[in-house]
Amino acid sequence: MSAIVISALLGVVMMLSGLILKKSTQVQWIAVLGAVLLLAASIFDHQLVVSKGTQSYYGMLELNSYTAWFNVLISFCVMMYILIFRKSIATVGRSDAEYFALIFFVMCGVYLLSTYSNLLILFIGIEVLSIPQYIMAGSDKESLKSNEASLKYFLLGSFSTGILLMGITLLYGATGSFDILSSKFADQFVQVSSLSSLSFIGIILLIVSFGFKASSAPFHLWTPDVYDGTPTAFTPFMATIAKVSIFLAFIRLFHFSFGNVSEAWQFTIAIMIILTLLLGNVTAVYQQSVKRMMAYSSIAQAGFMLFAIFSFNATSWQGIMLYSVTYTLASIGVFAVIIKMKDYTYEGFNGLAKKEPVLALTATICLLSLAGIPLTGGFFAKYFVLSATVEQGKMIWLVVFAVLMAAISAYYYFRVIMSMYFKQGDAEVSIETTSLEKALLIINAAIIILLGILPGLIIL
Amino acid sequence: MGVLMRRNAIIILMCVELMLNAVNLLMVTFSKMHNDASAQIFVFFIMVVAAAEVSVGLSIIVMMYRKVRSIDVNILNRLKN
Repeated sequence: MSAIVISALLGVVMMLSGLILKKSTQVQWIAVLGAVLLLAASIFDHQLVVSKGTQSYYGMLELNSYTAWFNVLISFCVMMYILIFRKSIATVGRSDAEYFALIFFVMCGVYLLSTYSNLLILFIGIEVLSIPQYIMAGSDKESLKSNEASLKYFLLGSFSTGILLMGITLLYGATGSFDILSSKFADQFVQVSSLSSLSFIGIILLIVSFGFKASSAPFHLWTPDVYDGTPTAFTPFMATIAKVSIFLAFIRLFHFSFGNVSEAWQFTIAIMIILTLLLGNVTAVYQQSVKRMMAYSSIAQAGFMLFAIFSFNATSWQGIMLYSVTYTLASIGVFAVIIKMKDYTYEGFNGLAKKEPVLALTATICLLSLAGIPLTGGFFAKYFVLSATVEQGKMIWLVVFAVLMAAISAYYYFRVIMSMYFKQGDAEVSIETTSLEKALLIINAAIIILLGILPGLIIL
Repeated sequence: MGVLMRRNAIIILMCVELMLNAVNLLMVTFSKMHNDASAQIFVFFIMVVAAAEVSVGLSIIVMMYRKVRSIDVNILNRLKN
């Protein structure tokens, strides 16, 4: 609860700080301070849950041990993101403080989405999450690509919001309540045979809308254009932190409310997993630009996260926590290198290892983690979401398929590593890396390796 | 339907608003059906959020118009590569 309030207030504070403070570095450090404050607030919330048990706020929000812990983890990721990217964020356009304000407003949406227990809060959370992102996508006003990304994201985003609302309304029509924890709501979803057609269509519409927001196939078509057009400083934020929280909202609803009627929707999710993994991975192979490849790879990673929703048990909750953190940190690490490059194509990365050994090394560790190589966090993240499906016992062939797809993904991640280490060329770096940034990137990579050795650190 | 068929960005925006209004109507109907006021409160929230969304959306469209002097969404496909 305190994290929600503080993140909204911080957004306002950041906007005002842009007026008062003259220097951009001061604004940046206030943002860093704000992120630390957010982390402290979510740790405070977590302590409250640990000492007093599940907290409920007027039947609107419910903070349990999983969601409170997720908030702590995501706040930590945001802190890392702001620390690493603060300079790049401030130099996207002219109004540096507003960009940080947008980040804090998105964070407010993230906390709402992870703790909602009422469909009203789900709707508001998704909107608070999305509207600042439309602006973020278009924040580089001079660039046509950024404008295009923003318009495309806005039109498709608002369309999917309409679908989400329709789903919520139909669920309300079937149950007569918005509170997903109330008995009125739960009574409707006891078994498949008694499921009314209203609630069935409502569930399907919710899946469609979540699919849009979480960039899962067949609703992923906007993703590559938007992530490619968005200023590189914001892409990692949109592709990781915002997306991961959509998945948490998704699994929360489907685990707690629709768990008993899983036959009604599990098959749809299975088809989405197959399409997402196939389209994401296969198209990523053909990309020439590393940034665009990362956009497709984020679709492919979404396919793995869908497994957690498919199997909705305790392991899948642990899996999605671990997946969120490792995927976020690894993407931040890769994008931190991409943003330094002059040329985003694979050729642009040729010979980076000789010029910037630290950048190349941290990027390699992050890419290995995204590919799911053992000894990095990504391996255990994939292991947990897939083992949740095995545990659940249905459609085991999906897991085999996913492992095959992970093998394909290794190809395009390794291509970047190949061009950094084994190809001749002079990679041109447009922005100098300060020693502080290098230290942060090394810490980031170290956390990924640490999670690969001791995943128990962040699993409840 | 309008969202999928039309090419003018503002018309698409209006179609999205129509979708939201349809939801509002349905909400109020269900609210009457269940004798429960919470859906009517929901409608207020939808209106407020829709207004916020439109203000952001229109400014994005204006930004786009300044750049390409057109609000035809087909232009987005041409710019893809």
